[in-house]
Amino acid sequence: MSDATTPKGELQSSIHHMSARTKRRNAAERRFRAYGIAAIAIGLLMLVTLVYAILSKGAGAFSQSFVTMQVELQEAKLDKKGNRNIEEIKKVTTFGYAPLIKDAFEKVVGDRGIETDLKSKEMAALLSKSAASQLREYVIANPEKIGETIEFRFLANSRIDGYLKGRVTRESIANDKNVNAEQLDFADQLINAGILEKTFNIDFIIGADASDQRPEAAGIGVAMMGSLFMMLTVLALSLPIGVAASIYLEEFAPKNWITDVIEVNISNLAAVPSIVFGILGLAVFINYMHLPQSAPLVGGLVLTLMTLPTIIISTRASLKAVPPSIRDAALGVGASRMQSVFHHVLPLAAPGILTGTIIGLAQALGETAPLLLIGMIGFIASNMPQTIGEGLLSPNSAMPAQIYEWAKRADPAFYERAWGGIIILLIFLVSMNTLAVILRRRFERRW
Amino acid sequence: MSVKLTASALAIAVVTATSAAAREQVQVAGSSTVLPYASIVAEAFGENFDFPTPVVESGGSSAGLKRFCEGVGENTIDIANASRKIKDSEIKACAENGVTDIIEVRIGYDGIVFASDINGNGFEFSPSDWFLALSDKILVDGALADNPNTTWADVNPAFPAQPIQAFIPGTKHGTREVFEDKVILAGCEETGAFDALKAANGGDKKAAEKACIGLRTDGVSVDIDGDYTETLARIESNKDGIGVFGLAFYENNTDKLQVATMSGVVPSTESIATGEYPVSRPLFFYVKKAHIGVIPGLKEYAEFFVADEVAGPDGPLAEYGLVSDPELEKTQAAVADEAVMGSNM
Repeated sequence: MSDATTPKGELQSSIHHMSARTKRRNAAERRFRAYGIAAIAIGLLMLVTLVYAILSKGAGAFSQSFVTMQVELQEAKLDKKGNRNIEEIKKVTTFGYAPLIKDAFEKVVGDRGIETDLKSKEMAALLSKSAASQLREYVIANPEKIGETIEFRFLANSRIDGYLKGRVTRESIANDKNVNAEQLDFADQLINAGILEKTFNIDFIIGADASDQRPEAAGIGVAMMGSLFMMLTVLALSLPIGVAASIYLEEFAPKNWITDVIEVNISNLAAVPSIVFGILGLAVFINYMHLPQSAPLVGGLVLTLMTLPTIIISTRASLKAVPPSIRDAALGVGASRMQSVFHHVLPLAAPGILTGTIIGLAQALGETAPLLLIGMIGFIASNMPQTIGEGLLSPNSAMPAQIYEWAKRADPAFYERAWGGIIILLIFLVSMNTLAVILRRRFERRW
Repeated sequence: MSVKLTASALAIAVVTATSAAAREQVQVAGSSTVLPYASIVAEAFGENFDFPTPVVESGGSSAGLKRFCEGVGENTIDIANASRKIKDSEIKACAENGVTDIIEVRIGYDGIVFASDINGNGFEFSPSDWFLALSDKILVDGALADNPNTTWADVNPAFPAQPIQAFIPGTKHGTREVFEDKVILAGCEETGAFDALKAANGGDKKAAEKACIGLRTDGVSVDIDGDYTETLARIESNKDGIGVFGLAFYENNTDKLQVATMSGVVPSTESIATGEYPVSRPLFFYVKKAHIGVIPGLKEYAEFFVADEVAGPDGPLAEYGLVSDPELEKTQAAVADEAVMGSNM
């Protein structure tokens, strides 16, 4: 101790000198602050790593390689009789359109003076398998165009797309039977000729899932609609049920052991793992009530069960936060209890209720486990729903289920799309949570 | 108010839609091995026909067949995909629930390959190597003993001294059965352990077979219950690992994996089709005959699946890795005639 005036062993405090104990306490506080900053730094570092990993791996899904070329819609192949009968044109399957694409490539090579030893079949293999169906769709929609030469923009196949994105290199394809070095040379020449280029791919955001053979054509749009219809179901069911239940429990129910048991069980329900709700949904909604398999309605019902406790708990908390004086004043001027609740308490609690609901929805949106059990995994999201009824009842997937499905598939291009799907899902989650924060900041009143 | 409206609108939608009959699309569920093939067919079917694209769920052969056998009606699936033949017990369960007329369709063959990290050692296996590496009991100096092998060099002096680490499909996979039958059991017989086990079990062949396929549980062999992507991830993190994959999966990941030969044969659709490569199995799907004519497009889908332009040797399925069935014509005829199982027995 530097302070000679302080008698040894005696506890004495002075505002001029720090006692050893004060120093120790201050040091402990400084250490604690350092721990806190370190904890936050670790958290931030993990967040940055995660965001970086997601963005770097998923960004590729938003751009795609396209081949723009002229295709002659040969009458001899598409409409042999030349009578433009749509039923006869429909008989030509997508396999019948492959020669058109081969011929188009031959023509490109001839016109642009590209030198290559590839056969037309190998050149056509640069395109996605979806090219033939794209042609067929066009011809069936515009049968009068048969015989003309039309410019089409086709997807390049996943290997070529990977080459443009740097995922596929000449070394990595050494044993690959799907693509060879000559095809990559040919792709280089197409790039130089401006025929093959990488652009933004809106179809990833609005399109349907595609089979294992054409990852380049897969999109998350239909699964997004599935998620949307599920969220509508959840909102339409859990908000009224949750709010009604909490108002009754908070404002009207007598306080006795029954309400206590209910309260404890609601809290317990909030902690039940979501897979349990999935099993329940399979047993009750599908096996017992015979609702259709893989339907967003069933998914919505299951997620409603999961979201209800969250909404009830947050609604009760915000009802509790409204001061009793407001109820008393309303009752004092002659309002009934219901009037006091609906005219005064509920509007004041609304921001809190909405916040809780949005957070509950965001949680439900990212939930995968219950969906595994009600048949939302597989090749499901292939038809865009046309009506609300169809959206609710025809089989569909959901965003997190679609991501899970893509991550399982063999072609590495699907892996990229899984990360891309995560980006979209995160955008939804972040914006929902931001909305919740804004609502709370702007409208919540504190007393 | 708007909440009330949405809720009632939703309720109405539900009531009308559930009462409105007729499911529009074919529903398929089952084996995750068949899933890629089924989804390729479903997609092409949706493009070429006026029917909506069929829905294909995964979940495994057993789960798919279980749902298939739940009964007849719109709320049950129309087709079960399976990477193995339907079992008698499943046919019985089906019959109990009224699913009696089942059409069996064999779509082709699937090869099972052994692959390791691209930068690691290459292997030329024979079934006995795998038996000696993974079985819990092998013959040591003529007597049955606990498996002492720790490196591949212990198994076969021709191999490098790389620790044995195998990632094999878990017991819920159809692939496991093929691995046991065509590799471990074959190796068991080759090494002579089968005869020793048969003698030990009093000449009981069944018990000896069962003893043969008992694998060691000391962590050398790891069961993978997930998909091939999980096996691939395990090999990427453990370069000594050797995994069991489907041929199509390997062919999509040749930049990360190198394939091992089996009995000197490189696995390929050609060598599997000729039967030279020993480890393969047939893939099936099962159609509920009672649903034909009720669910629109069901028969068309089944016929389209086995059509030459789809399942034939030059079709998209073969391109993806399916070994096409040399007897495809018979299958096509059977589907066209709606020949049910048991009728030709």
